[in-house]
Amino acid sequence: MSRACVSLLALMIGAAVLPALGQSGTLNLPKSVEAGAAFSIPTSGSGRATLYIAGPAQILKREVQLGQPIAFAAGDLTNAGHYLAVLSSQSSTATREFDVVPAPQPATLSFLARPSRLPVGLQNGVTGAVYVFDSFQNLITNPTPVSFQLSVAAAPTQARIVTTIQGAAWTEMNSSPKEGNAKFVAQAGDVSAARVIQQVPGDPCGLKMSARKAGDKIQLETDPLRDCSGNAVTDGTVVTFTESWNGGQTTVDVPLKHGVAQAEVPAHNGARITVATGVVMGNEIRWEGQS
Amino acid sequence: MGGRFLALFLVAATIALIIAGTVSPVPAAAAYAGISPTGIMHSASTPEGAVDNLAIAMGHQDWGKAYSELGNKAEFSEQDFIHDLSGSYPSLRTYAILDSYQVRPLHASDNDAQVQLRLRWSTVVGTFLDTRNIQVVRNGDRWAPVWPLVKETRVPPQVFAVNYLRWDVIYRGPGDDWGAQDVEAPHIRIVDMHPVERAAGVVVLGELLNEDVVPAYVSVRATLLAKNGSAIGSEDSFDKISHLLLPKQVTPFLIIFPHVSLSDVDSIHMDPTSNLIAASADPVIEIQDQKMTPAPDASFGGNLVNQSGQIVNIAHVLGTFYDQNGQLVWVADQYIDRALLPQTPVPFSMSVPEDLARKVSTERAVVATYSSGGFQ
Repeated sequence: MSRACVSLLALMIGAAVLPALGQSGTLNLPKSVEAGAAFSIPTSGSGRATLYIAGPAQILKREVQLGQPIAFAAGDLTNAGHYLAVLSSQSSTATREFDVVPAPQPATLSFLARPSRLPVGLQNGVTGAVYVFDSFQNLITNPTPVSFQLSVAAAPTQARIVTTIQGAAWTEMNSSPKEGNAKFVAQAGDVSAARVIQQVPGDPCGLKMSARKAGDKIQLETDPLRDCSGNAVTDGTVVTFTESWNGGQTTVDVPLKHGVAQAEVPAHNGARITVATGVVMGNEIRWEGQS
Repeated sequence: MGGRFLALFLVAATIALIIAGTVSPVPAAAAYAGISPTGIMHSASTPEGAVDNLAIAMGHQDWGKAYSELGNKAEFSEQDFIHDLSGSYPSLRTYAILDSYQVRPLHASDNDAQVQLRLRWSTVVGTFLDTRNIQVVRNGDRWAPVWPLVKETRVPPQVFAVNYLRWDVIYRGPGDDWGAQDVEAPHIRIVDMHPVERAAGVVVLGELLNEDVVPAYVSVRATLLAKNGSAIGSEDSFDKISHLLLPKQVTPFLIIFPHVSLSDVDSIHMDPTSNLIAASADPVIEIQDQKMTPAPDASFGGNLVNQSGQIVNIAHVLGTFYDQNGQLVWVADQYIDRALLPQTPVPFSMSVPEDLARKVSTERAVVATYSSGGFQ
């Protein structure tokens, strides 16, 4: 609720209670109150009055006895923001403003980790952004240290501590040279959130095939495919075998299975056989009818 | 006065068009009206008339009547005849309707004639031509076509062990926190793009690579921008692309901007999109005996061999053509009208514009497949 609305509400409440003038009362409010915490407001004067508290997404009304503190239980005021209190008795109206601030202890983290899948060995390829909230989903705007850790089996863990600015902290990290599911953890206080970053092999390095005769066909098979960091290329990756001979051509797109691609093409003496995957070219074989 | 004249003119024009349509109907309309394309009521007293009758019955999908017209019924069953025309397994032929036909006499004697029947079938992805040279024999005062049956191979009952990889996807749920992780869309990249001016307009050709380790459903949209920065037009590749790309697979694409001149185009904005989808690495299609037939009548053809056990109902072949420098020259495509059965070669042939065919040095083909039940 904006300050203008709160002021207007106060004006309306004041106007409503002015005709019923009675004994005066005053409010001794703290400048700020922690969200969800119990607190009390000392009052002075005597007689009965009505207390109105208006703030973001919350309005409270209490019948109070002046001269006695007004107690608020834990969880009565949970939304952080700027509040207005109006104490209205028969004789007077007192207004005060105060803030409800987020609890300092982080309770939940919204952790955005991108991307969920990326190739190995990418500089600053992983980004993580954290928003820190208290137990009432108020964004904790006070600087809060957040630790980020990216770990994958058989590779050193990357760790960084970043202090939040206006409730948010973010970082960039490198994907490791080792493929596998990396655990990306963000922690603030006792609260942590984990994401899985799939680190996948890069483009194949050194694509190599061999050929052997199989009846009237040529059986082609690649060596186990690995990327430049030595990770096995993912099964399902398409490998294209092309056989060209005098005016003719045969191609077959084969997915990798157990790390290798296999295909059979018709045997043509003098045929030139090439292999490729994506934009990566492999070796070339000239078929001379060898067995 | 003017209105009365207009009414009279419209009545006269309508009558004239009715007469013109009756005297000289379009072949398809004639076929469905039960008359031959020449406007003469069909008759089996001539070889052409007998083939006309046959084509008209096919147009009505009255297979019983078409079969009854044949002079070689004893050689095969009506079911074999239907399978020849509609396919034994669901395919483009199964849902095709006869768009038009042409009958061309080749030679004739007193008791025997050769007639060419060109059947143009219409499907959701365009038309395909089925040309049959039919022998027609005299039987008394009637002529009967001897149907040149193309018997489709039947796959004998067997078990194919298939252990190709399959990818399934679980997306984030509706109840997940806004910061919760979702699966990443596949990373794709345009590796080549090249605009060409043709008579029909501007054609944007290119190739798209799935550089990820997961399958991708891909599409490409291009926007032509004028010199002042305004958009001349925006089109997508529609079916001139292989939409399903397995990891590290490359597809060509072709986008047509009709009635646009390349001289009006300042720049082209390309917008490739990809979505992660469930897919299988099966079926594997081998493209055998690819051959480029030079101009004139330039074409690119070969045979498709389904190396898997799964029947492919519709296959779409995309041909990519390069010049001596490896520069992309053209992209052509062809749908296969018959299902691809395991280990059974099926021919394909796609025409290439004559002027471009002269520049072609190498070519590459990819096959997109569709099996009943969607992407499998």
